[in-house]
Amino acid sequence: MIERRDFLKGCLACGVTAATVSVAGGKAMAAGSFEGYPDAMGVLVDLTRCVGCRSCEAACNAEQKLPEPDLPFDDTSVFKDKRRTTEKAYTVVNEYKVADKETLYRKMQCNHCTEPACLSSCFVNAYTKTKEGAVIYNAKVCVGCRNCMIACPFNIPAYSYSSPLNPLVQKCIFCYDTRLKDGKPPACVDICPQQVMTFGRRADLIKLGHDRIQANPGKYVDKLYGEKAVGGTSWMYLSSVDFDKVGFDGHIQNEPIISNVKDFLGFVPMVLSIWPALFTGVHLLATKNKDGHHDHEEGDHQ
Amino acid sequence: MKLFLARNPNTQIIDSLRKDNDTGRPWTLMEKIFLGLTPKQYMAQAMSNPLNWVFAAILLVGIPFIIARFIFGLSWAVGDPYDNAWGLFLGFGLFGMVPLSSSGFQLGSAVEVFGRHDFEPIERLGILNGILGYFFAVIFLMCDLGQPWRLIYPMFVSWGPEAVLFLVAWHVATYLSVQAAETSTAFFEWMGWPAGRTFVKKMALGLAVAGIILSTLHQGALGALSTYAPGKIHPLWYSSSFQWLYFFVSSLPGGLCMVIVVSTIAVKTMDWRCDATFKNSLSKLQVSLAKGASMGLITYLVIRLIGVAHDNKWAYLTTGWGGWWLFEIGFGVILSLVLLTAGIRNNSVTLVRLGAWTTIIGVVLNRLNVYMITFNWQNGHVHIPPFREIMIVITVYSIYIMTYRAILYRWPILFKWKTRYSEYAVLEPKPAAVTAPEAAGSK
Repeated sequence: MIERRDFLKGCLACGVTAATVSVAGGKAMAAGSFEGYPDAMGVLVDLTRCVGCRSCEAACNAEQKLPEPDLPFDDTSVFKDKRRTTEKAYTVVNEYKVADKETLYRKMQCNHCTEPACLSSCFVNAYTKTKEGAVIYNAKVCVGCRNCMIACPFNIPAYSYSSPLNPLVQKCIFCYDTRLKDGKPPACVDICPQQVMTFGRRADLIKLGHDRIQANPGKYVDKLYGEKAVGGTSWMYLSSVDFDKVGFDGHIQNEPIISNVKDFLGFVPMVLSIWPALFTGVHLLATKNKDGHHDHEEGDHQ
Repeated sequence: MKLFLARNPNTQIIDSLRKDNDTGRPWTLMEKIFLGLTPKQYMAQAMSNPLNWVFAAILLVGIPFIIARFIFGLSWAVGDPYDNAWGLFLGFGLFGMVPLSSSGFQLGSAVEVFGRHDFEPIERLGILNGILGYFFAVIFLMCDLGQPWRLIYPMFVSWGPEAVLFLVAWHVATYLSVQAAETSTAFFEWMGWPAGRTFVKKMALGLAVAGIILSTLHQGALGALSTYAPGKIHPLWYSSSFQWLYFFVSSLPGGLCMVIVVSTIAVKTMDWRCDATFKNSLSKLQVSLAKGASMGLITYLVIRLIGVAHDNKWAYLTTGWGGWWLFEIGFGVILSLVLLTAGIRNNSVTLVRLGAWTTIIGVVLNRLNVYMITFNWQNGHVHIPPFREIMIVITVYSIYIMTYRAILYRWPILFKWKTRYSEYAVLEPKPAAVTAPEAAGSK
């Protein structure tokens, strides 16, 4: 009789867990076909216009009240290295010598994906994709597992490792709090003296990008980076050379990152539902009415 | 301890509830903690063990390091690894320790679900190995998290159910409780609490089945986590379709081989604690475990190869990374298979033990390769963890070994508790029972 009682107990326990986690599976499925908020804003970056003045870096620093940098923003010696975003710099410009005497500059910051990997990998739901297009972060719930840093295909989120009590993920938030939610462009776009960046509805920018490619034959490679990459990003780029040569991952997948884990997530409620009966059944088949088998009797120190 | 017992052959090492072969008064908790030795004797035997001095030296350096990590922040220990956000704390401590702890669910289900009661002498060791591995994986996680005091947030404060890590958090937490219940039978016997033991014994089958479910999913989930980083992990170590299967399947031989290794260490270093049943059945049981492990390994080898074929990644094999991949597979899987199967065929427990070592090294190496060594392989350099990070890992692992040893010394894991279950009931009116023979004797 013990088996039957255990079986029922097992079913009950697993059923409850299955119910909880099926919700998880369902949500992940729905997320896969998300095509973005209709009025999400974006920025089109034209690499051919950038002269590497770094005023966007300075504007970002001031707007986000970041600490003073080690070297002033007009110092071009920083171009010696390929820099990345840190907790002190949400945007950085890197220099690329692409051909004899031709130099391109590439600004990097959070690309504000339509289906962000940071968001889908976060187990406390600290990230939100707002209807305005920004990917923002809730510092109050972040546990600091840094899975978002592992997941971000652009290596953007940084972490304030040096803070003992309140270390946080830090990255560009599209100036959401101070500008974007009021419909204003972010500080870096505003300050650019070269009109490298165009702020607008993402849907319009895609059209604008392709129009610019068509209107200037030979000037650009025929690709709008970010239109399709990892399910689309709010920030998109035009370049005169292959994107691989200016620090982009040219082979990035077009499907959003969450599509990589969907198979597994879908499998979860199935295991939770099928395994209890399967293995309890195996137990009955393997042990019932077998010679030498004895139930777990109370005093089993024979 | 070995030395001490050689010098004092008449010492009573506690293996039952009561003194004098279970006929005298019950042992007090303090006596149980000191194994029946006086505190002075206990200290003397501890001091004469050179391994304890090694541990003392490690803790002397390492404990201040752990404290400093929390006072000065994570960067004090690990630097600012923006691109390699997961270092040794998770790469080794979580991803490496969890697969080696799958023994709990495997031995639990072998005995309870499949009715293989011949595995009973080693079942408790398998389960203890499981819970300690998970528990210390959580300790490593606490060292790694930026704000470890928020560890319960995914349970109670803010849910992110579409994240694989959400599943890992819930499953590891649930599974820790399942294993705590499974291990508690030994603890209850040691404490003399029969009611707890009876209660848990009744749930044995349910717990074992829950163990299978939770293990399938979270062992797999640890692999699925890497599919968030498709471009960063070297293609030979990455498969979006099969990654979770690689992790799950390799955890099976990993856990079984860990039990082979630990039971070997136990029988060699604490022979006094192992009872005759354990010692006599050990070789046979290790060979049986090796059979399971080798089936797991051959399956793992085949699916790893299928993965390379599925995405047509053969060309990578001729590169430097390909060589490293061949080493991981050649040493960790193929060599292990040869050793284990030769051991099984020739009934050589030495070969089996050797194969168990190469298997667990291979499993840990695989996890390190996925999350650390090949991570950001396109950057062209491997992130080397700083000394302080390595030192903290060594320290936590030493504490793990010391805890493991302390429990094996005391709880009935390697030996059967001499107090029979039916006698627990007699425990309550014991004073009368004890005084009767004494009174008789005094006449």
